[in-house]
Amino acid sequence: MSSTIIDLLIIAVATLFIIGIKMLSSPKTARSGNLVAAGGMLLGLLILQGNTGGIWCQGWSFNYTLIAIGIVVGLIIGAIGAYSVKMTAMPQMVALFNGLGGGAAALVASLEFIHGKANAPFDAGSMQFATLIGSLSFSGSIIAYLKLEGKFEKPMTFPGQNILNGLILLVILGLCGWLTFNATDGNAVKAFIVMFSLALFFGIAMVMPIGGADMPVVISLLNSFTGLAVAADGFAINNRAMVVAGTLVGSSGTLLTLLMCKAMNRPVTNVLFGAFGSSGGGASSGSDLAGKTVKSLQADEAALLLSYAQQVVIVPGYGLAVAQAQHQVRELCDELGKKGVEVRFAIHPVAGRMPGHMNVLLAEANIPYDLLCEMEAINPTMDRVDVCLVIGANDVVNPAAREDKSSPIYGMPIIDADHSKQVIVMKRSMAAGFAGIENHLFYKDNTRMLFGDAKASLNALVAQVKAS
Amino acid sequence: METATLISTLFIFVLAVFVGFEVISKVPSMLHTPLMSGTNAIHGIILFGGILVLADADTKLAQALGFVAVVFGSANVFGGFMVTDRMLQMFKKKK
Repeated sequence: MSSTIIDLLIIAVATLFIIGIKMLSSPKTARSGNLVAAGGMLLGLLILQGNTGGIWCQGWSFNYTLIAIGIVVGLIIGAIGAYSVKMTAMPQMVALFNGLGGGAAALVASLEFIHGKANAPFDAGSMQFATLIGSLSFSGSIIAYLKLEGKFEKPMTFPGQNILNGLILLVILGLCGWLTFNATDGNAVKAFIVMFSLALFFGIAMVMPIGGADMPVVISLLNSFTGLAVAADGFAINNRAMVVAGTLVGSSGTLLTLLMCKAMNRPVTNVLFGAFGSSGGGASSGSDLAGKTVKSLQADEAALLLSYAQQVVIVPGYGLAVAQAQHQVRELCDELGKKGVEVRFAIHPVAGRMPGHMNVLLAEANIPYDLLCEMEAINPTMDRVDVCLVIGANDVVNPAAREDKSSPIYGMPIIDADHSKQVIVMKRSMAAGFAGIENHLFYKDNTRMLFGDAKASLNALVAQVKAS
Repeated sequence: METATLISTLFIFVLAVFVGFEVISKVPSMLHTPLMSGTNAIHGIILFGGILVLADADTKLAQALGFVAVVFGSANVFGGFMVTDRMLQMFKKKK
C-alpha cells in the first residue's frame, strides 16, 4: 500500500477513537462506542508501519515469533482478568491494566533510548518523559490496586514526607534534563537506569500517603498519565496514531480527574498531598452528638414504612458492593413497584470506590438506568420523599458536610437524605465511614437504623414486603 | 524527527488535547467508570510501540524487554476493551 493510503487510514483510526470516546459518554451508545474504539485499534494494528514499510509485510524472523507469542500471552492475561473479575473489584482491574500500559510505555521509551535513537534533544526529552511518567504510573497503579484490595488502606505518612518526595522529584527532573541534552554521553545509560528506578520508587511514594477512599481519583490521574506517556512515545518513535490516542486519553483523563475532585469539593492538590483522614479533625464534632442516641428498628417495621410510602429513594454505597446485595435490591425494588410505590435511586458521584461504581453494580442486577438519578437532579425533590433507604452509604449522606464547619468533609456536596420524611439506614455497625468521622444523619429524629448485613436485611425486607 | 514532521505532529497533539476535553465534557457520572476503563483500553495502543521496538530488537536484553512490553501492552488493550464491554453490556433500558 502506498504511504498516502496509509496516512489516510491513520486519520480514520484517529477518527474512530474520537467517535468511540464520544459514544462512550452516552448510555445509549456506550457499548457500541467501545466497539468502535476497538475497531480503530484493530485497523491501526493492521496498518502499523515499521522503518521499511508495513510491519506485517516484512520477512519473518525470531522477533516476529516473539511478538506473536507476546500478543497471545497478553490476550490470555487480559481475557482472564476481564472475565473473571467480580463487579465489586472492577476498579482494581482498571488500575492493574493501567499499570501494565504505563510499564509498557516506560519499557518502549527505555529501549529506544538505550538503542541510541535519541538523536535530537526533542526525541530524548520525549523518551525521558515517557519513561518517567510511564514507570511512576506502573508502580503507582500497583499500589492503588493493593490499596483497593484492602492491603495497607490507611494513608502512610511521616513528617517531612512531602519535602522528601519533592526532593526525589527534583533529582529525577534534574537527571531527565541532563539526559535530554547529553543522550550520547558515556554515562547516559547509567544515569538513565538511576532515573528509571527513582521514578518507580516515586510512584510508590506518591500513592502510599493517599487513603483508600481517594484511590478512584488516583487511578483516573494515573490513567491520564499513562495516556501522556504513550503520546510521548508516539513522538519518540514517530507514530501519529499513538500521539493522537495517548493525547486523547491524557486530556480526557485529566478532565475526568478534575470532575471527580469537584464532586468531592476538594482541590486535586488536597487529594494528592493532603493525607486526608490522618488529621483527626472529626473529634471536635463528637461533642454536638453527646447525649444523643440512635434509634433502631426491625425489618418488619421498615417493610411497613416502605410498603405504605408513595415515593422511596434508595441511596446505595460501598457497603452494598461489599455485601454483593445488588440482586436483593432489585427484588425489593420490584416488590415495591408491584405495590405502586415509586422507587428511585440516588447516586452520589463518588459513592463506592469509583465514580459510576454504583451504576455498574445496579446495572448488573438489571435495574433500569432511568431509575438512577444524579445527586443534583434528586436533591431538590428530597423533601417530597416519604422514605429514604440508605444502604451501605455513609459519608455521602452526612449532613455534617452542610452543617458543621469544623468537619473535614464540610462543603462536600451530599445527597440530602435527611430532608426526606423518614430515613432508614442499613448498616452493619456504628463504625465510621472511610473519612473516619461521625455521621450526624444517624442521630436525626427522623432516622432509624436497621442493623445487620445488607444482604440478610434486604432478604428479610423483601419477605416482609411480600407478606404485607 | 525532521522539523516539518515534528511541527505537524505537534499540531495534531495540540488539537487532540482540546478534542479530548471537549468530547467528554458532558458525560453523566454514571458512565465515569466505563469511560475511564474505555480510555484505559485506548492507551493500550502502546502495544504498537512494543511491537515496533521488538521487531527492531538486536540484543537478548532488548528482546526480553520488548517482549515484556508487548505482553503488557497486549494485556492492556485486550483486557481493557473486554472489561469495558462487560461493564457496558449490563446497561440495559427498561423493557
